[in-house]
Amino acid sequence: MSALRQIAFYGKGGIGKSTTSQNTLAALAEMGQKILIVGCDPKADSTRLILHAKAQDTVLSLAAEAGSVEDLEIEDVLKFGYRNIKCTESGGPEPGVGCAGRGVITAINFLEENGAYDDMDYVSYDVLGDVVCGGFAMPIRENKAQEIYIVMSGEMMAMYAANNISKGILKYANAGGVRLGGLICNERQTDKELELAEALAKKLNTQLIHFVPRDNVVQHAELRRMTVLEYAPDSKQAEEYRQLAQKIHANAGKGTIPTPITMDELEDLLLEFGVMEQVDESIIGKAAAA
Amino acid sequence: MSQSAEKVLDHMTLFRAPEYTDMFESKKTCFEGGHPDAKVQEIADWTKSWDYREKNFAREALVINPAKACQPLGAIFAAVGFEGTLPFVHGSQGCVSYFRSHFNRHFKEPSSAVSSSMTEDAAVFGGLNNMVDGLSNSYSLYKPKMIAVSTTCMAEVIGDDLDSFIKTAKQKGSIPEEFDVPFAHTPSFVGSHITGYDNMMKGILTHFWEKAERKENAKINFVGGFDGYTVGNLREIKRMFELMGLDYTILGDNSDVWDTPTDGEYRMYDGGTKMEAARDALNAKGTVFMQNYGTEKTAEYVKSKGQEALVFNHPVGVTATDEFLMAISKLTGKEIPAALELERGRLLDAMADSQAYLHGKKFALYGDPSMVMGLTAFLLEMGAEPVHVLATNGNKDWAAEMQALLDASPFGQGCKAHAGKDLWHMRSLLATEPVDFLIGNTYGKFLERDIGTPLIRIGFPVFDRHHHHRSPVWGYQGSLNVLVKILDKIFDEMDKSTNVPGKTDYSYDIIR
Repeated sequence: MSALRQIAFYGKGGIGKSTTSQNTLAALAEMGQKILIVGCDPKADSTRLILHAKAQDTVLSLAAEAGSVEDLEIEDVLKFGYRNIKCTESGGPEPGVGCAGRGVITAINFLEENGAYDDMDYVSYDVLGDVVCGGFAMPIRENKAQEIYIVMSGEMMAMYAANNISKGILKYANAGGVRLGGLICNERQTDKELELAEALAKKLNTQLIHFVPRDNVVQHAELRRMTVLEYAPDSKQAEEYRQLAQKIHANAGKGTIPTPITMDELEDLLLEFGVMEQVDESIIGKAAAA
Repeated sequence: MSQSAEKVLDHMTLFRAPEYTDMFESKKTCFEGGHPDAKVQEIADWTKSWDYREKNFAREALVINPAKACQPLGAIFAAVGFEGTLPFVHGSQGCVSYFRSHFNRHFKEPSSAVSSSMTEDAAVFGGLNNMVDGLSNSYSLYKPKMIAVSTTCMAEVIGDDLDSFIKTAKQKGSIPEEFDVPFAHTPSFVGSHITGYDNMMKGILTHFWEKAERKENAKINFVGGFDGYTVGNLREIKRMFELMGLDYTILGDNSDVWDTPTDGEYRMYDGGTKMEAARDALNAKGTVFMQNYGTEKTAEYVKSKGQEALVFNHPVGVTATDEFLMAISKLTGKEIPAALELERGRLLDAMADSQAYLHGKKFALYGDPSMVMGLTAFLLEMGAEPVHVLATNGNKDWAAEMQALLDASPFGQGCKAHAGKDLWHMRSLLATEPVDFLIGNTYGKFLERDIGTPLIRIGFPVFDRHHHHRSPVWGYQGSLNVLVKILDKIFDEMDKSTNVPGKTDYSYDIIR
């Protein structure tokens, strides 16, 4: 058995992280890889396309029912989906209460201790939004994910989030082995998107590992709770995800320590590509003239 | 005035003086507004009924008087067993004060441990700075040879990562790069003190073993688990192992640090497993685990390194000690010496002498899972009936193993193991299905007062009796000590119930 490869997908909320990760992992499964998906998002939707289910019963919801995590059996929380991909969701509290980060820690510890990682080629973490607290950094800690892939687009806030996530990785990269694997640009058809994504990748000392073009087939597949790989295996889009999967597979050990930039540098970058216009400082905060 | 310099009254007698009793009485009648005494009595009686017991056992969302403590306490217990090791708890000061005083009250010894002093700002921004400054201060102020880091609830909820924090602290120069800092994540809200012991023991062994190559030798290691009798027990284990001529390493030998002499020198650290021995322990043939429940992860770890793991449940009595010694003899190829056989014969003789007093006596026990299992086996061996056996930190596996042990003995029929239950459950059990004696820690004295079941103090903590931790409860000698503890209480109770002159004192005998 080859060594276990652990990767994680991060990115701004709504960027298409779960869709991109599930399609890519489905393509990796096609290549014969044995895969475990660990959804680290209280919404618990990181595995719906693989399982064809609305939302999976999560480790934490089952633990709450049973009394404590110690009362759970690993079989209760692992589901098998498309091409035998193993799926699990950490789950978490209702919005506005509790601590979802702690939930991620508890769930990952439970899975590791109970042998969920045994005999796997890949473990993939799908993590909500920014690295907002220690719990959501769990997958980038020592002995967890070796490479982080950031899903982004040419939009300002998606790039801002990508930069923030890089800061999180940097915190752990110096002391540990975690690296930034690359940016995955999910096309939003913004101006000069490819160039901008490549420029940001360069600034962050990483690569744009793949530019995933926008294609409606993804939406059609999603409506049936399927990945494109399963819904339309011969489509052009499925081929894109296969390419991304190949690139990630070949990217083992090639991650880098990111060099996050400041907000000013990020704005400069947008200016450079003419996405944002040079603003006259004197009009900042003034309402449009009548 | 009730106090005077000539005759100072202590709290036991001071508050019995009329000025206090009158004051308490007037406070109660004028201000407290409680229910009438008869009503209070009625409810108190009802809480001892079967009706209440059923409600009590249906309880889901509340724990009352759990017989367990939290993980970092166990982590400290394991850590101080290594030479010159300072336990460092990444969390707030209050937690660590509690750990220190808990050990200090049980062992009657100073007990050193430091905290990283996390406050609200650390909860918001993460505790990295506390770790960096804390390690640096601990290293320069207390001159330890090793610092063993564990965590509390707060650090765990915010997700502080010890591994990267410690590495960062070293990079920032707070402690030298090569200084030993093993660590274990010990969230207080998961498991109990025995889980924390297991995590820290595994953390320390991982620190010493992970990058080393194993070359098997003929030595064995010994891991006692969390044990209130550690001072007496580890010394007894050493004595027995030396009689057997074994080459051994006790991992986490805290028998000296909690029994330092008064000779004018304060010892913040004393004794403990040498660093070199801990490192070399990887090469041992096998490791003996005295308390299976509470060392599971460490046992898994030593097995993953290629060692044999001999696992016991706190052996007490002839059968259990026989099995213990024979398994060690088998592993090491060393004979059990005649001296130990002699001790076995003496224990057996003592048990035969007293057996009639224990036969058919009903017991209730609570405590850490392996300990109560060992004591239960001994009671069964003596023909006593362990009716209620409870471990708040016992799991499903423990309940099943415990029940099988009870069911296999004619003296265990109708006896039941209760995993995950607390002392308020125990109160219902004692009130509805009374027993003759209760075995437990100091907290059992409230059950003794409330229900009237005489308490035999065996367990942790024992705050209100002195020096029991200095005598072993393991081995043939230790088993004899357990027997004597139980018998003393039995005879005291016999005397108490036969001492009315002219009425019951026909049985108030000189000879028992």
